Amino acid sequence: MTSNLFRQILQRPTGVLCAALLAVLYLIAIFAAVISPYAPSDQNLAKTYHPPTGLVWHDGRLCVRVYKLVDPTEALYRAEPDRLAPVHFWAKSAPYKLWGFIPMEHRLFGVDSAERIYLLGSDSTGRDVFSRLLYGSQVSLSIGLIGIFITTVIGVTVGGLSGYFGGPLDNVTMRLTELLMAVPDLYLIIALRAALSAYFDSGQIFLLIVGILSFIGWSGTARVIRGLTLSLRNRPFIHAAEALGQTPFVILWKHLFPNLLGYLIVTSTLSIPGYILGEAALSFLGIGIQEPSTSWGLMLSQAQDMKVFMLNFWWLLTPGLAIFVTVILFNALGDVLRDIVDPKLKTQV
Amino acid sequence: MCATPLLEVRNLAIDFGRGENATHAVKGISFTIADGETVAVVGESGSGKSVTALSLTRLLPTPPARYVGGEILFNGRNTLTLSGDELRPMRGKQIAYIFQEPGTSLNPVFTIEFQIAEAIRLHRPEVKDVRGEVVRALDLVGIRDPEKRLGDYPHQLSGGMQQRVMIAMALACHPKLLVADEPTTALDVTIQKQIMDLLRELKGRLGMSIMLITHNFGIVADIADRVVVMFRGHIVEEGKTADVLRNPQHPYTRALIDCVPRLGQKQRRLKAIDHAEIEALLKP
Amino acid sequence: MTDTPLIKVEHLKVYFPITSGVLQRKSGEVRAVDDVSFEILRGKTVGLVGESGSGKTTIGRALIRLIEPTDGHIFYKGEEITRLSAKEFRPYRKKIQIIFQDPYNSLNPRLTIADIVGEALEIHFPRMTRLQRRSRVADLLAKVGLKPEHLDRYPHEFSGGQRQRIGIARALAVEPEFIVCDEPVSALDVSVQAQIVNLLQDLQEELGLTYLFIAHDLAVVEHISDFVLVMNRGKIVEAATAEEIYTHPQDDYTRKLLDAVPKL
Repeated sequence: MTSNLFRQILQRPTGVLCAALLAVLYLIAIFAAVISPYAPSDQNLAKTYHPPTGLVWHDGRLCVRVYKLVDPTEALYRAEPDRLAPVHFWAKSAPYKLWGFIPMEHRLFGVDSAERIYLLGSDSTGRDVFSRLLYGSQVSLSIGLIGIFITTVIGVTVGGLSGYFGGPLDNVTMRLTELLMAVPDLYLIIALRAALSAYFDSGQIFLLIVGILSFIGWSGTARVIRGLTLSLRNRPFIHAAEALGQTPFVILWKHLFPNLLGYLIVTSTLSIPGYILGEAALSFLGIGIQEPSTSWGLMLSQAQDMKVFMLNFWWLLTPGLAIFVTVILFNALGDVLRDIVDPKLKTQV
Repeated sequence: MCATPLLEVRNLAIDFGRGENATHAVKGISFTIADGETVAVVGESGSGKSVTALSLTRLLPTPPARYVGGEILFNGRNTLTLSGDELRPMRGKQIAYIFQEPGTSLNPVFTIEFQIAEAIRLHRPEVKDVRGEVVRALDLVGIRDPEKRLGDYPHQLSGGMQQRVMIAMALACHPKLLVADEPTTALDVTIQKQIMDLLRELKGRLGMSIMLITHNFGIVADIADRVVVMFRGHIVEEGKTADVLRNPQHPYTRALIDCVPRLGQKQRRLKAIDHAEIEALLKP
Repeated sequence: MTDTPLIKVEHLKVYFPITSGVLQRKSGEVRAVDDVSFEILRGKTVGLVGESGSGKTTIGRALIRLIEPTDGHIFYKGEEITRLSAKEFRPYRKKIQIIFQDPYNSLNPRLTIADIVGEALEIHFPRMTRLQRRSRVADLLAKVGLKPEHLDRYPHEFSGGQRQRIGIARALAVEPEFIVCDEPVSALDVSVQAQIVNLLQDLQEELGLTYLFIAHDLAVVEHISDFVLVMNRGKIVEAATAEEIYTHPQDDYTRKLLDAVPKL
């Protein structure tokens, strides 16, 4: 079924395009440390709000222009006509650890340490926006996957069990989901975040946010899965398995779950953007990811500064573009998946 | 009088899909239904009988269906070439349908009054007393105390009652031709008998034509004037019901008649159909 | 062979509660099966005929324990099986099987035929290897008139009649003694109906099976059954041999059912 689904995606142009672009985005996120020229917290207070550096071809090699700060009050930089810094590939850099455990001393590209390469400019403390964008994608892109994984696991387990066994269990779990749905989520997040943030470092805060988002999110999934399970439960093939003496958990796993899979894949894909936007919104409000970590939402919140608009520091808005593109890709892919799964969904559920 | 029949199907051919994968559901069939006549189209699943029925007012979704040839003349007009605007008044008003699953053919969120009234308003705008007309239609199909049933929803009715409502809806617009596509297959035998009795009675009373689609020769004897037997998109036999039942010409017709279980004739085995043999007979 | 009937049902009652309100209080009950008793002898077919809502399907479900009876006793070879726990009942799952009415919904659309029929073997013959299972499933398919190349196909690739054959193969996999046939031919074309009825009769002869054959069509029931039970509104209104039912119907309801059978 899953391999079949994959083949069908490949038969549709939109599907191939979205899947390929998303794959590229996730590959970049995985190798963000190698691709980005600087660490996300690497400051240079002499070069704040630096515009994107120009790239030129000179003497058979790629070089970046070197800029001079003309007016510090307006952060006005001007390229110096004769000075160029060559771009080195697989350049030596300060030691860092890829994925937290592989020691590395090189990055994909870089310039001599006296100069800086800012492909997308620098922010208020002279950090490279391009590098931060890549590092930030690790948070922003993974939060959706992890969140969906948690909500789906809880939702399917709770919804499947209560739909299958019914009775008091069903009653209790459904009242619980109603309770959760009645919780005003934004207040809950703000309250939990405020109460707990003192005890956590930034990595744990990331997990905390995912936890909060999925804790609120699973009830919807659980209710839909319960409904689907109820309707599947009275289909004769389930009775047949019971009549054979099959155990309830095998029936759930082998007979019910595969019939829910199509639905799950589609809704999961369509709800990932919700998590990405949720993280962005929380970080934007200052209750999500915190400095010195980075995420797209956090970067956007820094672009709230009036200066960005007054002085046209457009490059600080690129995280918004990244969110936009990712969300569109997920939605389009979800639509393609729904087209593939829907005709079956209609006849079988 | 019988110069032009009410319905004349000529060399109708319908495919599903294109190219090599196309299945030829109907392979150039011709038959007629005269005014006031009841014709039963008998065949197994996949014989093309339902496809033929749906094609009369072009109800088949295209694609995948394709009308590849022939014509369907209803009152002398070819429904296959009519525009959508010309065809729409014909559906329901001239040719009405009842289907196998009355439960799924009725909209569960509307009362039966609403659903029958909708059909009347659409096709007979001149009717002033719509409610009275709905009551009359329900009364016609043998629903007792029709006034009390008006506010019922489909799920409150049994399968047999739902099918009666479907028939009432179909007849409310006084169609010339009623196409009954396996109207009793989903129902209990006792209800099946009631519905068939009802159709027979209504046919006599209203003088309309009926095209009855079925897989069961058992139910055609009492009601059909003529029988058309279909097999894999072909018509293999056609004739007066009594003649066909007494003296079937085609081995397939004989097999279809023989496989109906009969009371009190406890044969050792029911006669099953040897499809390969019949297939071979069809090859020229 | 002793005189003990294979199945004996005494005063079986199945009531479904009607609940209402927020607290799901019981406000009434539907007497689906109301004090029903009958026996089925080994190797025989008992037909159970009645309209939808008469409770005939509920009896079948109660026999294979898909529904808990409210009251009464069910004996299998003289042993009472009514109040066994799910675990104690498990050995009987191997002896009592069911064939369903709806060939389109009774097979899991996501599993192959080999998996569907093989599941029973997995449960009751856990020591079989995968290959042994496959060859056993192929044998079963052959028995019901399908081919070994159908093993790896999915249910939607088959016609209604073929699916019903697959359902029969699944029921046969555990080598049962007793099969509840719950309207196995009601959803099929008459021509296919004849094939399935013949198949069931051949299998009965070959394997010595005992059937409870449930249907609404008296003609089919009369054809296949040795003994016929006529059911109406939860009660058995007439019980007699097939011939007796046809020649001397006692109850009005039986006459109504007889009358409904189309005459050719």
